[in-house]
Amino acid sequence: MQGLIDRLTALLSDGTVARVIGWKKGDMAYNPEPHMFETAESLKDFVYDGFCGANLSKMMIEASKLEGKTAVCLKPCDTYSFNQLIREHRVVRENAYIIGVGCRGKLDIEKIKKGNKGITSISGTELDGSDDIKIETIYGDKNISYKDALLDRCHVCKGKDHMIFDEVWGESKDTADQERFAEVEKIEAMTPEEKFAFFRNELSKCIRCNACRNVCPACSCRKCIFDNTKFDAQQKANVVSFEERMFHIIRAFHVAGRCTDCGECSRVCPEGIPLHLFNRKFIKDIDKFYGEFQAGKDPEAQSPLTDFTFEDIEPGERG
Amino acid sequence: MCNCGHDSLVPQIGIITGITQETPDVKTFRVNAPDGGKLFEHMPGQCAMVCVPGVSEGMFSITSSPTNKEFQEFSIKKCGILTEQLHSLQVGDEVTVRGPYGNNFPVETEFKGKNLLFIAGGIGLAPLRSVINYCLDNRENYGRIDILYGSRSADDLVKLKEIQEVWMKAPNVNVYLTIDREQEGWDGHVGFVPTYLKEIGFSTDCIGIVCGPPIMIKFVLQGLKEMGFTDEQIYTTLELRMKCGIGKCGRCNIGSKFVCKDGPVFRFDQIDELPNEY
Amino acid sequence: MYKIAIKDLNTLFSKIAEEQELILPIKKAGQYNFGVYEEGCDIDGILTNKTVKSGKDAFFPQFETLYNVRKKITPADELENGEEAANTKIRTKLTIEAEALKDKDFVIFGMRACDVKGVEVLDQVFLTDPVDNYYKARREHGIIVALACHEPEESCFCTVFGIDPADPSKSKADVATWIVGEELCWKPITEKGEALTKKIESLLASADDSAVDAEIANITSIMDKLPNTKLSLEGWGKGKTDEKFNSDVWQKIYTPCLGCGTCTFVCPTCQCYDIKDYTTKDGIQRYRCWDSCMYSDFTLMAGGQNRTSQVQRFRQRFMHKLVYFPDRYDMYSCVGCGRCVDKCPQSLNIVKVIKAFENEQKEAGANV
Ligand SMILES: Cc1cc2nc3c(=O)[nH]c(=O)nc-3n(C[C@H](O)[C@H](O)[C@H](O)COP(=O)(O)OP(=O)(O)OC[C@H]3O[C@@H](n4cnc5c(N)ncnc54)[C@H](O)[C@@H]3O)c2cc1C
Ligand code: SF4
Ligand code: SF4
Ligand code: SF4
Ligand code: SF4
Ligand code: SF4
Ligand code: FES
Repeated sequence: MQGLIDRLTALLSDGTVARVIGWKKGDMAYNPEPHMFETAESLKDFVYDGFCGANLSKMMIEASKLEGKTAVCLKPCDTYSFNQLIREHRVVRENAYIIGVGCRGKLDIEKIKKGNKGITSISGTELDGSDDIKIETIYGDKNISYKDALLDRCHVCKGKDHMIFDEVWGESKDTADQERFAEVEKIEAMTPEEKFAFFRNELSKCIRCNACRNVCPACSCRKCIFDNTKFDAQQKANVVSFEERMFHIIRAFHVAGRCTDCGECSRVCPEGIPLHLFNRKFIKDIDKFYGEFQAGKDPEAQSPLTDFTFEDIEPGERG
Repeated sequence: MCNCGHDSLVPQIGIITGITQETPDVKTFRVNAPDGGKLFEHMPGQCAMVCVPGVSEGMFSITSSPTNKEFQEFSIKKCGILTEQLHSLQVGDEVTVRGPYGNNFPVETEFKGKNLLFIAGGIGLAPLRSVINYCLDNRENYGRIDILYGSRSADDLVKLKEIQEVWMKAPNVNVYLTIDREQEGWDGHVGFVPTYLKEIGFSTDCIGIVCGPPIMIKFVLQGLKEMGFTDEQIYTTLELRMKCGIGKCGRCNIGSKFVCKDGPVFRFDQIDELPNEY
Repeated sequence: MYKIAIKDLNTLFSKIAEEQELILPIKKAGQYNFGVYEEGCDIDGILTNKTVKSGKDAFFPQFETLYNVRKKITPADELENGEEAANTKIRTKLTIEAEALKDKDFVIFGMRACDVKGVEVLDQVFLTDPVDNYYKARREHGIIVALACHEPEESCFCTVFGIDPADPSKSKADVATWIVGEELCWKPITEKGEALTKKIESLLASADDSAVDAEIANITSIMDKLPNTKLSLEGWGKGKTDEKFNSDVWQKIYTPCLGCGTCTFVCPTCQCYDIKDYTTKDGIQRYRCWDSCMYSDFTLMAGGQNRTSQVQRFRQRFMHKLVYFPDRYDMYSCVGCGRCVDKCPQSLNIVKVIKAFENEQKEAGANV
């Protein structure tokens, strides 16, 4: 990590960039926060470890508007989002200096907290850390394997290549050991009643904060339809069926073809709703109907949903 | 203190019993309770939430004076969804009203026995009209009354008839009208309110009461200060987004104050103490 | 003091639920949240896990109908004799049906000391003139059974606000309970609590008051070891508006805030709400629902005022909790439950804010 800090310090000091977007050390063992570093001195608080799951690409929307270049640290999966933002003219490529940071998967604190309360420190989560991480709690210490604490999304990682970067830092390790569409297939296999019950149960927890939407790099509209006061729906009323189900379904439609499967929505949901399942179902269907397509892989590529060919599937055909 | 009854969030029904087109975009609505009486008693400066069900609800100053024993009036400027709907209503239609909310101008305390200088711009006359008529109806309690009122054009002067026929004829009352730009048929003063204020040059032996668009308030305040007025001598009303009207929904919160409940009437020294967020 | 075996809790719950609604933490799709007890609901782990949302919904639900309005539109040619149609073609007549207030007792089990203090904060707002009757009715009919925190978590810092998580009998709850070994100790505190206890007495055994002493001592010592319980509130509270409002620390720390409002929705003391209309097929429903000062449309007006930037909104949240509320009601409106610490997607929270100001002060001190 010191190497990365040194490199960032150099970039700042020689004027290549005016600021750095990275992660800042938290006040607990596992809560670094996205941060904009403006001075070399402040980089002493920079951190890059297993808890840096936050996708920083969306912060470049605002940073693109500032004077000078911004160095931004992007994990392999984050680079897909960045490409997609370029595609949608939300960020300015020239204003970013992209450090593609290596990744060996990011950790899911919710998984770690299950059975580990009162955490005071967690060690061994750095990029070059060990296979086991050590968790110290006021109720006792424990070692668990890094792999067991990974975010679900890391088990279906799209790969450790950065889709866009100016330079790369750090050695990645492969983490994909599950079938990407397995979860979706499991739901597809359910009867309609079971499906409905599954999603009802999950979505009934929704507290209608806007964490999933606001964190999503694909949700970058200046004004979201759900914030439009002239839209006659029971906005903010989380207990009615419309809000409970339709909000998420409409959101899934809005990001279809643009969602890179970055997994942020599920990571940030305070109620642990597996929101990515909706989007991944769309991805699976798009792949099937229009041929394989990965949003964010190539900033020039036309998304199948905003393109027309005579081979396109007809309305009403089902998967 | 609010006397809005036991269910502060459930409104009463109000029947529109009269509508006057004041200017191209301002109408004054006369509202009564369904039994023909008044909806409630209020004090000058207080407001009420008027609602077209299914559209939305908005806070409006009660522009009629408490001394009016027959009805309440609201002067409403067309500027958005709710106000457009209100402007499409007709006599006999019903709206819902809850209130009165907020504090009032201290007509029975600080204002008593004093000379009063009212300065209003555009729809800002609405809250002041309630105070002015209250003072005129209790004329013996107040000293000299000066009224400086300006609008974009002569057609935008709200309640012009009342101003000319009642206020201008009242004893020891001086009315100064002004419009922003020259206009055919207007032989009165032309120019912005703050400029006219300095031209007239009022003495500081009075209380200043200012209401209008923020930019006007800013320059009038500057003008008054230059003329020697102190913050403690000037009153105004604040306008923020409101939903509940009773200091609970948090929307109009500035510092430890809720504008809907602790305001809308503030003295400038009180405003100075608030964090600068209005 | 009474006690009941933890394995018999389901019997206790169904007994309570026979006579009145029972709200308690329920495990659903992997998360703990307060919900209405039903036969067969999953209560595994509810005694030791913090709920995602606090129990405030029981008194101030996220969504509730205030009243319904029915509209009757009469064409002019059907107007009664003598009724003049002015220049109009139609008349709109309204009737208002206020939503019935809560009129039955209910029990809420498993609130923690912080949650109960949160209700006290809400009381300041909703029970001061003019009283919010919807809230008041729920408060009058709600019986709070609080639970001592057997396993406080690292995000907890309630003691900073003078709350004792070890002994809920010091809170405004009606009954206090403790986990002691395989048993739950039960102590009625108020008349309401006594009355509830009477109803379930047959299921309870009596116990000595000292039965909970060890548990209280244990919790107290755990609290002492938690990382955030040493937080200092110096510099916050009444009269600190100018000093804190004008600080440049806000600008330095707010950037990652998404304005998502998660922190306000999981918070036991946030009380801001919106009032909205919804047109249904047989009338207009006027409802209120939680809102958040973190949202960009919260205060928005035609001229673009006020609090137009996220840094201003971010500042509002913490200023309200730590300065404005104390100014007005003489108490903090944070109870240190740590939920925003657990749930902020960007790992921002009130603890970090307090620490950032503390650091700033230290640095300023060092520079003098
Ligand atoms: C204490 C107080 C007294 C008022 N007295 C009067 C009065 O006597 N006469 C009068 O015409 N108006 C008055 N207003 C302003 C009035 O409340 C708003 O103009 C009205 O609610 C806008 O509603 P709308 O649905 O037509 O506009 P919308 O369609 O909701 O909005 C139009 C624009 O106005 C903004 N807006 C919404 N609420 C307010 C508000 N409270 N103040 C300013 N802008 C707002 C919206 O954000 C939007 O940009 C008063 C406001 C307050 C707070
Ligand atoms: S919908 Fe979810 S997975 Fe897809 S881009 Fe948005 S945050 Fe990422
Ligand atoms: S502080 Fe965190 S939880 Fe609160 S609005 Fe900002 S990002 Fe969301
Ligand atoms: S601000 Fe955070 S810690 Fe404080 S009461 Fe609210 S959710 Fe709990
Ligand atoms: S102003 Fe913000 S912090 Fe305060 S109660 Fe309202 S939503 Fe919560
Ligand atoms: S904050 Fe205190 S009262 Fe609340 S759950 Fe934690 S220890 Fe218990
Ligand atoms: S309008 Fe709700 S607090 Fe003022």
